[in-house]
Amino acid sequence: MGHIVELENVNKIYGTNHVVKDLNLTVEEGEFLTLLGSSGCGKTTTLRMIAGFEEPTEGSIKVEGESIEEKEPFERDVNTVFQSYALFPHKTIFDNIAYGLKMKKVPKDEIKERVKEIMKLVQLEGFEKRYPSQLSGGQKQRVAIARALINKPKVLLLDEPLGALDLKLRKQMQLELKRLQKKLNITFIYVTHDQEEALTMSDRIAIMHDGILDQLGTPTEIYESPATKFVATFIGETNIFDGMVSLVNEDDVQVTIENGFISGKAEGFRFGEYITVSVRPEKMKYSDTHVHGFSIVGTVKDYVYVGSVIKCIVALPNGNELKLERLAGQSLPEIGSYIYPYWEKEDAVLIHSRENSIFEALDNITLA
Amino acid sequence: MEKSHSKHEWRANTLPAMVMVGPVTLVLLFLVVAPLIFVGIMSLCKTDEYYNVVYDFTLVNYAKLISPDYLKIYLQSLLIAFFTTVICILLGYPFSYIIARTKSKKKTLLYMLVIIPFWTNSLIRIYGWRTFLGSSGWLNSLLMLLHITKEPVDMLYKTGTTILGMVYCLIPFMILPLYTAIEKLDTSLLEASSDLGAKPVKTLFEVIIPLTSSGIFSGSIMVFIPCLGYFFVSNILGGGNTDVIGNLIERQFKSANNWPLGAALSIILILVTLVLVKIYQKLGGDMDSLGV
Repeated sequence: MGHIVELENVNKIYGTNHVVKDLNLTVEEGEFLTLLGSSGCGKTTTLRMIAGFEEPTEGSIKVEGESIEEKEPFERDVNTVFQSYALFPHKTIFDNIAYGLKMKKVPKDEIKERVKEIMKLVQLEGFEKRYPSQLSGGQKQRVAIARALINKPKVLLLDEPLGALDLKLRKQMQLELKRLQKKLNITFIYVTHDQEEALTMSDRIAIMHDGILDQLGTPTEIYESPATKFVATFIGETNIFDGMVSLVNEDDVQVTIENGFISGKAEGFRFGEYITVSVRPEKMKYSDTHVHGFSIVGTVKDYVYVGSVIKCIVALPNGNELKLERLAGQSLPEIGSYIYPYWEKEDAVLIHSRENSIFEALDNITLA
Repeated sequence: MEKSHSKHEWRANTLPAMVMVGPVTLVLLFLVVAPLIFVGIMSLCKTDEYYNVVYDFTLVNYAKLISPDYLKIYLQSLLIAFFTTVICILLGYPFSYIIARTKSKKKTLLYMLVIIPFWTNSLIRIYGWRTFLGSSGWLNSLLMLLHITKEPVDMLYKTGTTILGMVYCLIPFMILPLYTAIEKLDTSLLEASSDLGAKPVKTLFEVIIPLTSSGIFSGSIMVFIPCLGYFFVSNILGGGNTDVIGNLIERQFKSANNWPLGAALSIILILVTLVLVKIYQKLGGDMDSLGV
């Protein structure tokens, strides 16, 4: 497996709007990579730069080691599945799918053969003579995917392709897309704002925030050890504590927060620095008595039943709320009772806070 | 009970409707429908030796209209209209494309360039062309000044001059529907086409033109039909050598003073128009974009 797409120091600036900032990203051949982030984070712009619809203000984009920034979209060996499908309304499904091959002047018999084959693959047999307006959203989606895949692109770019579908169909298409990707062994770069979708489908996820790549990793890495506060809050549910390191004993870190102090295990933190601690609801524990390393106390406020799990809402003295998650059937404290929330120190994720830049700046001044 | 209910309904629905639609109906009735019926009747009338209208039924006016002299002018008129339409498409399409795809303030400016000439009477603008193109006009003066020609070039009173005037007068009617059609075009379709390997020219013929054909179509109708009737353009720029159907009608009503024959010609022109619009509709044209 080699690098198929390489983005080096890619920047995109529209007027005064810096949309993509110093993006470095390498996509491996045959992988399913998701660009994940909220709207306006630069993920779609990044995809459009790879497709050739936008030019990077700075930086280089390589496909199979060859720079492509200067190439027009029609000269690039990548294909796109558009969010709005962008099917040609005046062409039949057959002609829509055959479009790319027709442009490459592939012989007619071969076009017929290949269209037939791909239509079978996406389960659209019998729809050849219909027009896009006669299809449902899910069917249009399949046509859009078939139209792109038939060209055997080096990379398939997908821009929130499932955004317009209802939940049930979306779940089904997620699995189908994943199956197609595995079967054809084509590199997918997939843009979505849906973190669940990203976790389900991707080999690796690149999380973007305000034009910056916050973290790149496998779904497990991103879920278990988020690199920034944004990643921690964006992926799944979590409890966030902002505070300051008040005690460091090797890898044992104690953090003072508004409601007391908490603990975690991590290296590379020093006394006095700002820190964010993230603990997933399913890792949270509680006790009737004081636990070593933790001084926070809360009141059980409410329960929320979410199918197989129960979420327990705990209010802290300053009004902040914590979430504990338990499987249904496990014992839970009564509403109104006081509990001491805690967790295994290994289960907490400790994140350097961005506010430390001020701290470091002050440090440098004293040194100078 | 029943009666008061219907009275209430009359007040609530019928009365406002009548107030709203009434005046327009009256205007249309007296200024469009009645004159049309009158023209229809007149086309079936005879004239006496002094060309006074005699209300006596005859088909002789229509019989006259199939003489070779008239047929020649119909053909000439259709050809002028055809070339005018083709030139309007060729000039109007790129311009409309640019306006539709330009963003921000420039767009308004370009749009105004099309609209502003409308605010001046077209007769005056056509006279302007005659002055501009005449043997002592600006263009010839300029050509001689630059020593491109020694003598003034004879530019007036040719079929080409009439077509030029027609294009000038009618091109906004081509640009506006084209603009509407092109603006509706989804940019992602163009991106998709390019993404699938189509060069710009291919995208033009495979995607852009087919998807804006409705605009080309309604623009053509709106140029072609008036072109058959714009007699003043041919009068001023064609000098009587490039008659269109409109000229024949004008002549019968004015110099020849044969109103029944003029009426018959008018009816023919109306029928030609109706046939063209019907064809347009049959081919799937949108009546709304004609302003009908």
